[in-house]
Amino acid sequence: MIKKITIILVVVFVCKLYAQTTFPTNGAPYNPHTVYAFINANLFVDYETNITNASLLVKDGKVIDAGKNINIPKHAIVYDLSGKYIYPSFIDLYSNYGIGEISSSKSINNNPQTISNYKGAYGWNQAIKSDIDASKLFQHNKDKAFELINNGIGLVLTSNKDGIVRGSGVLAMLNCNQNENESIVLDKAAAFYSFNKGSSSQNYPSSLTGAIALLRQTYYDAQWYKNLINKTEYNISLECFNQLQNLPAIFEANDKFNAIRANKVALEFNQKYIIKGGGNEYQRLEDIAQLNSTFILPLNFPEAYDVSDILDADNITLTDLKHWELAPSNPAFLEKQNINFCFTAYDLKDKKLFLPNVRKAIKNGLSEKMALKALTHNPATLINCSNKVGALKSNYIANFFISNKSVFEDDCEIIQHWINGQSYINKDLSPIEIAGKYELKFNSNLFKVTIQNNKAKSVVLIDTSKKLFNVNLKNNLIHFSFKIDSLKNYRAIGNYNKTNKSITGKIENEIGDSFDFNLNFVDTVTSDKPKAAVSKINPLDYKKITYPFNAFGIGTNEQGNANIYSQLKKRNNNVLFKNAIVWTNETDSILNGYDVYISDGKIVRIAKNIDVLPLANVKVIDATGKHLTPGIIDEHSHIALTWGVNEGTQASSAEVRMGDVINPDDINIYRQLAGGVTTSQLLHGSANPIGGQSVLIKLRWGLNADDMKFANADGFIKFALGENVKQSWIPDYANMRFPQTRMGVEQVYNDYFTRAKEYNKNWNNFNNSTEKNKIAPRKDIELDCVAEILNKKKFITCHSYVQSEINMLMHVADSFNFKVNTFTHILEGYKVADKMKKHNTNASTFADWWAYKNEVMDAIPYNAAILTNMGVITAINSDDAEMARRLNQEAAKTIKYGNISEVEALKMVTLNPAKMLHIDNEVGSIKVGKSGDLVLWNNNPLSVYAKPELTLIDGITYFDKTENQKLIEEVKLERARIIALLLDAKKSGAKTSKYSSKTQRNYHCNTLNGVSEEITGER
Amino acid sequence: MKKILFIKLICFCFLIKAQKTYTNIALLGGFAHIGNGKVIENSLITIKGSKIETVQNATGIKINPSAFDTVIYINGKHVYPAFINVNNVLGLHDAEAVKATRDFNEVGIFNPHIRACIAYNTDNLIIPTVKTNGVLYTQVTPRGGVISGSSSIMALEGWNWEDALLKADDGIHLNFPKTIIQKWADDDKHFQESNKKYIEELQQLNEFFNDAFAYYNEVNPSEKNIRLEAMKPIFAGKANLYIHADKAKDILNAINFCEKYKCPKLVIVGGKESYKITKVLKEKNIAVMLNRVNDLPDSPDNDVDLINKLASYLHKDSVLFCFQLEGDMEAMQSRNLPFNAGVAVANGLDKEAAISALSYNTAKIIGVNNLIGTIEEGKLASFFVSNGDALDIKTHQIVLAYIAGKPINLINRQFELYQKYKTKFGLK
Repeated sequence: MIKKITIILVVVFVCKLYAQTTFPTNGAPYNPHTVYAFINANLFVDYETNITNASLLVKDGKVIDAGKNINIPKHAIVYDLSGKYIYPSFIDLYSNYGIGEISSSKSINNNPQTISNYKGAYGWNQAIKSDIDASKLFQHNKDKAFELINNGIGLVLTSNKDGIVRGSGVLAMLNCNQNENESIVLDKAAAFYSFNKGSSSQNYPSSLTGAIALLRQTYYDAQWYKNLINKTEYNISLECFNQLQNLPAIFEANDKFNAIRANKVALEFNQKYIIKGGGNEYQRLEDIAQLNSTFILPLNFPEAYDVSDILDADNITLTDLKHWELAPSNPAFLEKQNINFCFTAYDLKDKKLFLPNVRKAIKNGLSEKMALKALTHNPATLINCSNKVGALKSNYIANFFISNKSVFEDDCEIIQHWINGQSYINKDLSPIEIAGKYELKFNSNLFKVTIQNNKAKSVVLIDTSKKLFNVNLKNNLIHFSFKIDSLKNYRAIGNYNKTNKSITGKIENEIGDSFDFNLNFVDTVTSDKPKAAVSKINPLDYKKITYPFNAFGIGTNEQGNANIYSQLKKRNNNVLFKNAIVWTNETDSILNGYDVYISDGKIVRIAKNIDVLPLANVKVIDATGKHLTPGIIDEHSHIALTWGVNEGTQASSAEVRMGDVINPDDINIYRQLAGGVTTSQLLHGSANPIGGQSVLIKLRWGLNADDMKFANADGFIKFALGENVKQSWIPDYANMRFPQTRMGVEQVYNDYFTRAKEYNKNWNNFNNSTEKNKIAPRKDIELDCVAEILNKKKFITCHSYVQSEINMLMHVADSFNFKVNTFTHILEGYKVADKMKKHNTNASTFADWWAYKNEVMDAIPYNAAILTNMGVITAINSDDAEMARRLNQEAAKTIKYGNISEVEALKMVTLNPAKMLHIDNEVGSIKVGKSGDLVLWNNNPLSVYAKPELTLIDGITYFDKTENQKLIEEVKLERARIIALLLDAKKSGAKTSKYSSKTQRNYHCNTLNGVSEEITGER
Repeated sequence: MKKILFIKLICFCFLIKAQKTYTNIALLGGFAHIGNGKVIENSLITIKGSKIETVQNATGIKINPSAFDTVIYINGKHVYPAFINVNNVLGLHDAEAVKATRDFNEVGIFNPHIRACIAYNTDNLIIPTVKTNGVLYTQVTPRGGVISGSSSIMALEGWNWEDALLKADDGIHLNFPKTIIQKWADDDKHFQESNKKYIEELQQLNEFFNDAFAYYNEVNPSEKNIRLEAMKPIFAGKANLYIHADKAKDILNAINFCEKYKCPKLVIVGGKESYKITKVLKEKNIAVMLNRVNDLPDSPDNDVDLINKLASYLHKDSVLFCFQLEGDMEAMQSRNLPFNAGVAVANGLDKEAAISALSYNTAKIIGVNNLIGTIEEGKLASFFVSNGDALDIKTHQIVLAYIAGKPINLINRQFELYQKYKTKFGLK
């Protein structure tokens, strides 16, 4: 035992001595220069060059030569690889191999943390970890290394997966028996970014929109910092950030929409990100293709779901079911769109699945050539190392593996894996083949024995009794044990003789008597198993992709049509409504029995008896007895947003933009279309006095975020007053963020508008200065926005309740010479309606909400009526995903409470919000020249019994009651189809997982991330 | 002293003052929705004291005005039985977010001894805005824990809770363990997964019910236990067991659970997926208190109107149901209960069935149909008169309301504030 240990130590020591010039040696140095020759191989020199009967010559960790007709030096150690394959080692660009675990530094007592808790001359935000250099953290870990080596991966670009800016990564080989000094191929090989603040315990950012803003501001700060001549501040984070800018940049998006968001940031700063994908890119294929980015794709295809329980299975969404079916086709879909990509094992919990899942992707349409390119050439090229790794040419690092078959065949085995010229997997190139029929003779016993296959552990049948026993094969030694009726606990060990294929050795019975035995080869066995059928490649089926990738999404009927999205945008927008009751919202009020003609998405005629040529591509709708109204406009909505609606960690978050976080997949878009909503203003929440920038969308279900935006609309920003912004629900010990009173709120505004004025002035001076070498002031995206308010380029929607604060804000606005555009909620507006009229502001209120918190105890449902009668333009809004579906009913409450006329009541959810959003020249009434955003109702639209039958935006039908019934049926059938596949998968032994599913959360004003309404309690 | 009144909106105040002394009233000509599905298009309803004396078709009947203190002509107006708001915290808080006013959520897991009726504040600020919409009774219900406590049926009118009490402790509310729970994911999405603590939670509940059942069967318990004492009416069939459950699986589990403990009077509260198991519910005679039929469906795969259609599905399959509004701002929302039923009508439910699910069927489920729920002879005179269809927001205008024969003040503080500021601004 002692001897053994010494040997191991010596081996390790020798390894360490090898090639490390700068290290002192203990005793004589050991620098062998053995040449290895791998001959007769099927050699992949690179992903597109496959040479049969080729040789590979390796010395000192480098490839000397590769190809045909190579002279093999006499002293070379020769391996004959007849029938075997050599591949360059695979490269994983998205790894955390050798980097320690990231521990969360979240504070225990939930106290707010406004500034980074990193000590030293770092930047203000803890999520900007630009100083991290993975080469300084990198340490080998044998267990983790072999998980990858076994999959053919020999090199990784490893980095610290923590923070929004993550510093640089290092390209390292997995030669874990050598020192780290000999493993690093390229230091600072790439810079890493994400939208995830990771372990940062600092509050900001708490949302996706905040993360995007932080990253953008960091870019601007770094540019400013670089150009500063007399630095008044030394900032390690910004110094390091600037150093990262010359490196290839890898962005962890993990999702199709985040990929698009990341690309927007990149464009703003002339960057190009390599995008770490999420595997769902195929769901927005055309948008993804337009990014022109290279992707690093995960291979964590979802496990099959257990659908045996009908009721449980109902909880799995169609999106999840379909993703299970189509995720393995993701690489193939991308390949077809000429999107370049690599693969990573990072997201796989069980790394053993890496190669099997590459093969699965191939079965689902990915070409083998692209697969190999994605594993070798692409990663090498992306980090500018294609002259060293990713191929096997002379002077490349000797990273390669040998397999018995093509690596993309299911039962391919990696026999050897050499990294940096050293072998890590080293199995026998020509293993003993022991399968066969034998006679076992010992002590006058004779049995017929069948060894079924050549695996190290093989099943053996004895005689006719079919008793099974296990046989173990190690090198040339074979041992087995068995128990049959007359013979108990026999154990044997023998030596395999290659020439006559016999085994001889000792056998011992249960009482310790031992005998010699012979196991003599008689005959070969024919394999019972039919040869695995050549796996069929599934053609890509574009019919299965819908926009959005949800129930009720819109798809194509053509299996081979990849341009679904382009088609979707070009749907029919010529419609003629015949004989409708038209609620025009114009001076002619309600027109009975009129026709409305929409051509090319615009209203072109309103008259009786309009005729169109039957040839014209016009959809004619008989609207007899039905009510046609303008589409409903929700002035206050939080649907179709993702990952947080509040960046309330600071008193002002003017830098965040809800337009960055639109979620086109939110089912509430479709649900609200079914309620007649066509336009929604998506607002930031109400957690801080100066919230974020709003975005106005049309509910163009199926289109992408940009195509949903209301074109050329004025920009708005959310402000908020009262209980939410003074953090009334936060326990006293955490009350530290300014402001905590309404008094403080006023001064937040005074402060910001004063600063914005200064900021404006500085920039104007700069822009008008003729001085040479002038230095730009620091660009502050927060003050940019506040300054826009002063310049009347951005308009305020202010969450408000109590009369005092409403009055206050109007005074602040007056003193800075602008108007508050809209007060939203404004439940005590009725008390200061005269002042509001004088300030020429608008009101967007709830119909009857009250009593949910202290500041709404004086709210009355007559509010809208008083404001309207005082001449303040008034809208009824939702702030609620459910209520938005029946805003017509909410408008009807102004009839009940306050005797508003039906025509005026309808305007409160159509024309009036259009006016306050500055879009009434386009929408809000039925008037020639306006957009064809219309709703056809089966009843008086203000009745509780009214339901939309058709909802049109730009003349395109987005909701159709009849079509909806068909879609319900389609959802049912599509679910059933995939459930049948799942049941088959389970039957054929696939691992299944219990149900779990993610859906978009419904937001209100006061929703804080990770906090339920029960805790915050208010709106 | 005799008076004949023609109702107009503006004469509220006068009416209220004038009627205080009357005990024998006739309402003539109204379209009466009896509450049990029947209607009388031209009705004569007479009140004597606190009760309804007669209800009949007025066509061809000549009344003798001198037989009544008051005769009110309500031609063309609609008469409805008092709408009943069940499973609600109305009366248990004012400003919902202010802890000092919140009296509906007690600490503890098994609190059957908690009684909501004693915290019911008849001077609560929200109540006046609810009764002016025709919702005249409420089942005041505690929240929290696994067993929240017992509810009681209260009138929205009374000097104090005792005065307002119609039926004390009508049932115990149990929040049944959920097989599937919802969490927040890192990226702030809803994350649904199977409840890993389900077995444990069910075990805990079983243990409590074992103790309660044993206690119930023991003639002379060695030590009086107030929690277990409060459970007795459940086993004796004297009180309902209200099990709050939405998923079909949870409802089925709840039914089995009840059978195990021989609780005869099970009512399902919530019932989002009750439509999947209507046959079981019908067979076992289990009623459902449907929560917010204008709610969003749970799954993005569902018909967008699924919840809106629930009532019509249950009605079609003859499951007894009523409407309720548990959830966000439920107390304040109580005044919208009639419109909730309106939404169900818009989605396929028969209108009289919808009215029934606000009155008669509701009363039946909570066991007060001998007192209220219909406009029928011998029942309490608790009903209201609306200018138009009371289920439709734009026509819902209440001109008269009685609770047990007592006319209700239809002026609330919100209306007063309206008047005050109208006057300030000189608005008409």
